[in-house]
Amino acid sequence: MGKRTIIPFGPQHPVLPEPVHLDLVIEDETVIEAIPSIGFIHRGLEKLVEKKEYTEMVYVIERICGICSFGHGWGYCHVIEGLMGVEVPERAEFLRTIWHELSRIHSHILWLGLAADGFGFESLFMHCWRVREHVLDLFEKTTGGRVIFSVCKVGGVRKDIDAETLKEIVTVLDGIKKELNELSDTFINDYSVKNRLVGIGVLTKEEATDLCAVGPVARASGLAQDIRLTGNGVYEKLGFEPCIETAGDCYARAVVRVREIFQSIDLIKKAVEIIPEGEIAAVVKGNPPKGEFITRMEQPRGEAFYYAKGADSKFLERMRVRTPTNANIPAMVKMLQGCDLADVPMVVLTIDPCISCTER
Amino acid sequence: MAAFKLGKMVMRSLFKKPATLMYPVIPRQWQERTRGHIENKIEDCIFCGICQRKCPTNALGVDRAKKSWTIQRMQCIQCSCCVEACPKKCLTNENTYTTPSTEKIVDTFVAPAEEPKAEVPKAE
Repeated sequence: MGKRTIIPFGPQHPVLPEPVHLDLVIEDETVIEAIPSIGFIHRGLEKLVEKKEYTEMVYVIERICGICSFGHGWGYCHVIEGLMGVEVPERAEFLRTIWHELSRIHSHILWLGLAADGFGFESLFMHCWRVREHVLDLFEKTTGGRVIFSVCKVGGVRKDIDAETLKEIVTVLDGIKKELNELSDTFINDYSVKNRLVGIGVLTKEEATDLCAVGPVARASGLAQDIRLTGNGVYEKLGFEPCIETAGDCYARAVVRVREIFQSIDLIKKAVEIIPEGEIAAVVKGNPPKGEFITRMEQPRGEAFYYAKGADSKFLERMRVRTPTNANIPAMVKMLQGCDLADVPMVVLTIDPCISCTER
Repeated sequence: MAAFKLGKMVMRSLFKKPATLMYPVIPRQWQERTRGHIENKIEDCIFCGICQRKCPTNALGVDRAKKSWTIQRMQCIQCSCCVEACPKKCLTNENTYTTPSTEKIVDTFVAPAEEPKAEVPKAE
């Protein structure tokens, strides 16, 4: 048995886009234990519900995270709609689903780029982000914002997409698919990529269940856990099936994300084919009544949980968001146990950590 | 397993133009819907203050007495909340961004001086 040393990892580290700190207990280059600590970027966004009207709070909630901003906006609107009993028009649900899936595509491509950067494949990183740019351009064209869309509102959406632009979305996605075929071939088959990912940070199905892993982390361990199956949006009409891998290592998590990009492209194409005409927003009158409501949303990183407590006034009494990274931190700590010090950045990256989300 | 899977794409991009733009030498193409910055058609503004109350970041200031409308550009998040709330529809979201700056830009719009003249005959 070697001597135990504690090595600090983060909050500033080249592979971490956001600050999280890990104390790594090391014995002969092997991680024995990892102790996470968060709290570097808490902004107190949930507290703002007491000061902002429920209709304006959407713009604040969207800013919880820059990557899954649309998902957070949708989740918040969904919980308020549930609280107030608002029926959302079908076209609005379709548009929300299209934007949400586009967000998933851009989030996953961003992650693939970050992962490539993490294992030192710089040209792959650059190409991933070049492809992602086309999705951001689509966002700018359809919503007006490249990262924060401000397009979701309580009762529906603020902007419509006309038939011509919907066709353009499909054309752009076809172009992206061609380039992604090459990129995904690199991620799935390349020797040097596999060398860094296969067999690293294994999380078994039982561990994933016990530690309540969510999203691609759970699905890579063979757990068919996806909130899109539970009837949010119009996923039922699109014939959605979750992507599942069984190995539970870093490679499986990367493959799940690669497959989900292609799946999202197919879902958007189907949605564009069957999107109905009609209203894009329901008229919302009055204030959220007294009562509580919870809802769940499948963000690109996994299940997010929204809770709202109305007070029969235009301000909510309490709002709570539990984000996917928050749920995945125990799983990450488990994965880190027993891995090499050199593999720690990859293992941390494969849960797709979003610390702004976690701390809000 | 195979190596150099990205080879083709890398070779192709060697002979292509850069994917990035030489901003600001080459100006950016704005989309019609781009939320760039808020403009106020001050002649139509009635200084009701609804936009000020609706703004999620408190970036707007409305002074009814001085007939001035102020926007703190760095605080504005371009959510278009004020544009939707405006009863006179004098606020618009233009599709160009404001110029970058090291200082916090505050733009003030003051109603043209003709209005008091128009009010004088009414008072008589």
